[in-house]
Amino acid sequence: MKRAVVANGNEMVVEGAIDAGCRFFAGYPITPSSEVAEGMARKLPKLGGVFLQMEDEIASIACAIGGSLGGEKTMTASSGPGISLKQEGVGLACIAEIPLVIINAMRGGPSTGLPTRIAQSDIMQARWGTHGDHPAVAVCPGSVAECYTETVRAFNIAEELRTPVYVLSDAFLAHLSTKVELPGKEELKIANRLRPTVKSEEYYPYDTRFGDVPPLADYFSGYRFHVTGLNHDKTGFPNIDPVLQESEEERLINKVLKRQETIGTYENYKLEDAQIVVVAYGSNASGAKEAVDAARESGIKVGLFRPITIWPFPSIPFQKVAASAKQIIVTEVNLGQIVYEIERIMLGGRAVTEIKNGNLIFDTRHPRSSAELSTVLQANGTPIRPNQILSQIKEVA
Amino acid sequence: MRYELRFSGVGGQGNMLAGMILAEAAIYFENKHASYVPTYTSQVRGGPTKADIIISDNKILYLEANSIDYFMAIHPRTYDMYKSDSKPGSIIVVDMHMVQVPDEDKKKFKVYELPIVETARNKVGNVITANIVSLGITARLTNIISPESLFKAIERRVPPKFLDLNEKAFEIGMSLVK
Repeated sequence: MKRAVVANGNEMVVEGAIDAGCRFFAGYPITPSSEVAEGMARKLPKLGGVFLQMEDEIASIACAIGGSLGGEKTMTASSGPGISLKQEGVGLACIAEIPLVIINAMRGGPSTGLPTRIAQSDIMQARWGTHGDHPAVAVCPGSVAECYTETVRAFNIAEELRTPVYVLSDAFLAHLSTKVELPGKEELKIANRLRPTVKSEEYYPYDTRFGDVPPLADYFSGYRFHVTGLNHDKTGFPNIDPVLQESEEERLINKVLKRQETIGTYENYKLEDAQIVVVAYGSNASGAKEAVDAARESGIKVGLFRPITIWPFPSIPFQKVAASAKQIIVTEVNLGQIVYEIERIMLGGRAVTEIKNGNLIFDTRHPRSSAELSTVLQANGTPIRPNQILSQIKEVA
Repeated sequence: MRYELRFSGVGGQGNMLAGMILAEAAIYFENKHASYVPTYTSQVRGGPTKADIIISDNKILYLEANSIDYFMAIHPRTYDMYKSDSKPGSIIVVDMHMVQVPDEDKKKFKVYELPIVETARNKVGNVITANIVSLGITARLTNIISPESLFKAIERRVPPKFLDLNEKAFEIGMSLVK
């Protein structure tokens, strides 16, 4: 049964985590994500769960990784510089294959930047923030209600793939309160990690006989195994064999890539006959929708492509949409991040020479394939307004 | 119908709470769609703050206020910072002891200059109730939310032992508008 509540994005993340089965949180408060920690501190003890405020963000993610190894669904939350501090832990969760959800309420930066203001400028950090070749999964809720549903989905992906998953909300969504309608708890699909069926003496933590996502035993449940950030073999102990490491590195990344069509969700909005395609994600997509609606009223054939999963980017559905487009407008609350992915998919080969008034100036010496690309970018701490997107639609129509 | 309100001032005045109460009154007691978006700085007290509230009969897609019908400023800094989104002919309410409204603005907007903080301090008896005085003024100047609904929303948010004080503040606030 559907439920109606009044809440902000951070509170919905908390509800989503609890309903997904999260019972362990370790974090350190930072604006604009603090209400996530606050909510978990209030709720987890009543549910028999554990909330730990650690001494800093590095300890927080390390603690959350430990909690997950203990068998609980775990989460940490942060923003801006806190997410930068967590990057080494993200890498550890990637290589040790530990399910974990990381909430990033994005704020302006770099450094301490604009702590209370909106940005979408951690998109590429979510892909490449930690060093080394690694898989990346990040979901990007577009509304307060999606802060709930996407947090639930993030836990499911983390559990099914044994990998860390980002939920990228932003300062605007985090603090925006409104009436939201949530799906009934009985409608939720909840996934749990695969656990071993073999006896403890036959168990290996990275045993690919059971598939490309090996079963993970809970610590202190009778299964003894080693976990390290070093590249390892099936036993979990360090191993530098090039043949093994090549296949293991590939497996880490392929476990995401092979599932990208099921993980890579998106929304097509009024795209049936669209010649102009706006690409927007997160809270910025609501303004883009309003702009599309307004342009439609004046007879412009325009629609919106909204990636809900940012990584892996839903490239295949986007290619389909873009094939018939004459104009593509990318809008994001940063000075150009996902636009590089769009351009790579669409056109390839062109370099950006300058950013001028929210427009990327491309090196146009190389012929391009079909659609023209333009941008509506902004990184001043405030949301992009529908009329900014509307005037770009009219400009290219 | 879509109505946009902005409460502004500096951190510590309670402007954001006033905005939250207004949005909750619309949702809980008038069955309308509403949203509340706070903006503040890293300064806990003294930094410029605003709360944008959108109230609508229909579902609201874009939730940032950008065409304001009703703007309140309890500090000169936020009057200058945040008035640019006000529609021509819209209502602007300022604290008369804090904000000096230029003559050109008085021609452009319906301006009310009221002794909000002074009323809270001297007539209600506690300066902390200035935001509830503001809500009383808002109830009287806009027909967007009934005073009954607004007061029910105040009741939800204030501690029981301060309810009488806040009721007094709300009523005095309403009486400030002649």
